[in-house]
Order: sequence, then structure tokens, then C-alpha cells
Amino acid sequence: MRVRVRVNGEWREADPWEGTSLLSMLRDELGLPGSKNACEQGECGSCSVWLDGELVCSCLVLAAQADDRDVRTVEGLAGDGGLHPVQEAFLEAGAVQCGFCTPGLIVAVTDLLAQDPSPSEAMVREALSGNLCRCTGYQKILDAVRLAAERMAPR
Amino acid sequence: MDVYLPRTLPEALELKARHPEAMPIAGGTDVMVDINFDRHRPTALIDLTRIPELAVWRREDGHIFLGAGVTYTRIMQELPGLRAWFQAARTVGSPQIRNRATVGGNLGTASPAGDALPVIAAHDGEVIMISARGERSLAWHEFLVGVKRNALHPDELIAGVRWRTVRGPGSFSKIGTRNAMVISMAGLCLLLDEEARAVRVALGSVAPTIVRAAEAEAFAAAEIARAGAWDDPKATLSEGTLAEFGERVTGAAKPIDDIRGTARYRRHACVVLGRRALAWALADRRG
Repeated sequence: MRVRVRVNGEWREADPWEGTSLLSMLRDELGLPGSKNACEQGECGSCSVWLDGELVCSCLVLAAQADDRDVRTVEGLAGDGGLHPVQEAFLEAGAVQCGFCTPGLIVAVTDLLAQDPSPSEAMVREALSGNLCRCTGYQKILDAVRLAAERMAPR
Repeated sequence: MDVYLPRTLPEALELKARHPEAMPIAGGTDVMVDINFDRHRPTALIDLTRIPELAVWRREDGHIFLGAGVTYTRIMQELPGLRAWFQAARTVGSPQIRNRATVGGNLGTASPAGDALPVIAAHDGEVIMISARGERSLAWHEFLVGVKRNALHPDELIAGVRWRTVRGPGSFSKIGTRNAMVISMAGLCLLLDEEARAVRVALGSVAPTIVRAAEAEAFAAAEIARAGAWDDPKATLSEGTLAEFGERVTGAAKPIDDIRGTARYRRHACVVLGRRALAWALADRRG
């Protein structure tokens, strides 16, 4: 079925199988492989995107449900000025091991800091509870969140 | 597979009447898992996320109506005063899941582990169902008829759930292997109903459906009365009475051994959850 969706500010069209998830449409039809496909059941958060501004697992959104809606993916974060501060913080803190969970975590951390610019450690852990790192590199990821929060704080 | 994207409730009801086999989908946190794993491939899907009537809650005539399409994130943001609801919503999945998953999904899936269901049961909630033929309602225990089975007719949609406002403290707590992203091994909602001088306790994940611990409820109400605590919030119950309440709560459980835990552990969990929940409620009244 035809789906028309605004992705990272640009209206795009695709014609996926009716049961396709938003994740598969992004990756296989729209050439946006940044959102990762791992668990396909909402457990791992690797496919996190924004749907009409809300953080969601794109594997659990039917592609047709995104019709006429706004989607923002990890590909939409870096601008002409370079990487997003959260991406920079992940690089600097060494929060990337195999890298598979990284796009989902970058999106989830960006969402968290937009809602709460200086979250407590407990808030960070709760906000990231839906993102799994199979390398178990959580300490560096928490370091990256603190670094990003400091960098993004208004002076 | 056909996908329907109705924009109004009448349009959705007409579609459901014409295609009773169509599976409703809202947050997709249950439905999409089955499709992704090819466990169940519905012949048709009806998207309910664009129907404004399902995504509302309101206070009406001493009651609260909570629409089937209200997400757990919205319950946390918009109904923080409903403590048990807030706590149950917060234990659902992760932020990503709570942004999508709905109360209607818990009712539609009718798993005994649905976190909203003990809260609905403790509130004596009635489930409102709607079809092109009209509207009807069933008490929660008439709606939830078995493991993953409910009393919804094929041409009906779940409109929401409605309950009489309860004045008094309450909580939801659950046991699982993690503090997030976990399917409950045992869950409990306890409410003190100050007006009726009653205690209400509902259990999840420890029987084929949600159960109320009626015998424990009567025991707790009588003990609170005996201690004079309905009139004097400073009055307390002894540790022994709280422990006995926990034992009576677990008497209502009919748990099984499964992949998440043993029946024995679930019975123990009910003792602990019950004892703690009553202690918390009494402490809340002391202020």
C-alpha cells in the first residue's frame, strides 16, 4: 500500500507490504538504515525514532500508521554544522563499542535531554531502560549523557 | 492483508461491522510483535490511532472514563493524582513502549500480566464496548474471561473503561527480574476506599485472569475498624496483622510454574506485595 510520510523534513513515498513496520520501510524502502533492526519486539530500542515528536520503537509502528505523519530518524540529527552534540559526546566518552545500539541510544538520549536538560542519574537510567547494549558498555554511555547534558546546557 | 485507516469513530465501527475479522491496532506493542514474528497474520488491520473519541479521558458524574486509546505516558502526565494508575503506567515497558501502548491494548490482549488490569479490577472498573449496533458495558470480571480471552464481540471495539472515583490512598506494585521492560511475575493493586470503609486488592499474573482477594479485603477492613484507624489515621495495625493480611492475599492466587517464575515464588510474592501495600496505604493516611 502507498504510504506518504515526512521523514527528516522531506515528504517521501513508499509502497510496502501492508504488514510492514515503519522500521522496515525506513531501512528497505526509503534508504535510511540508521535505525537498527535487532529484536523486532520493542525490547532493545535499537530502532528508536520520533513519530510526531514522540520517541517510539519503529519496529512496533505499522508503516501505514505513519502515513501523513512526521518521522525523525537518527539520520536527521547531524546538520551542516557537523554532528549533533549527543553524537559528539558519545564519540568523546567512548560510548560506542560494536555500535549497533548507538543510533537508538543517540535518539533516546536526545529525546531525554530535550525534556529534561539536567537529568539525575536515576532519571537517565529510567529514560534509557528501553535501550539495550549487548556489549554492556553502559558506564561510558552514562558518561556520554552527562557530557552531552553539560555541553548542551544554556550558559 | 488489508489495512484500514479510519478517521472517525462511526467510520471505524462501520469497518469493524463489515470486516469483523479485522484486528484493531493502536500502539502496536502486542499486535506488531505477532506480525513481525509471523506468529499471527491477520487478514486485515484497523488502525485506531486517528480516532479522537478513543484517545480521551474525562471526569463525569463522580466517575472517570479512560478511553481505550490513552497511552501510559499520557496517564503519567495527565493523571498523576491517580496514584495506583500512575505507578502501574510507569512500570509498563520503557518510555518508547509507554508512548505507544494503550489501556485498550491491555484489555484487548487480556493477558493476566497486563499491568493496567489489576488497577481496573481494584477500581471495580466496567469496560465499555462499542459497535455500529450501539454501546454496552461489562464489569471487568465479566469482560476478562480467561487467559488472553475477553468477552468482546467480533464487531465491537473497546471504547474504554469507567469507574466510580475512589477517595483514599492506593498503590500498584509488581515483581519482575528488572525494574523496567519486564513482564510481571506477580502484580498487585491495593486501594483504601475511605467512604465505604473498604479495602480492595487485585492480583495480576498469579491466576488465569485478574483476581480480587475478597477474603483478605474483608479481613483488612475489619482490622482497620478494630484499631479505630478509619476515624483516626494515626492508629496503626501490628506487624502481625499486616503479615496475616499478606497470607490471606496470597490465598486468592492460583499461580502456575512458567518461564518467568514458579508458583511457589509467586505465592510468596503475593504475601510480600500485600503486606507492603497495606502498610504503605496506612502510612499515606498518617501523612
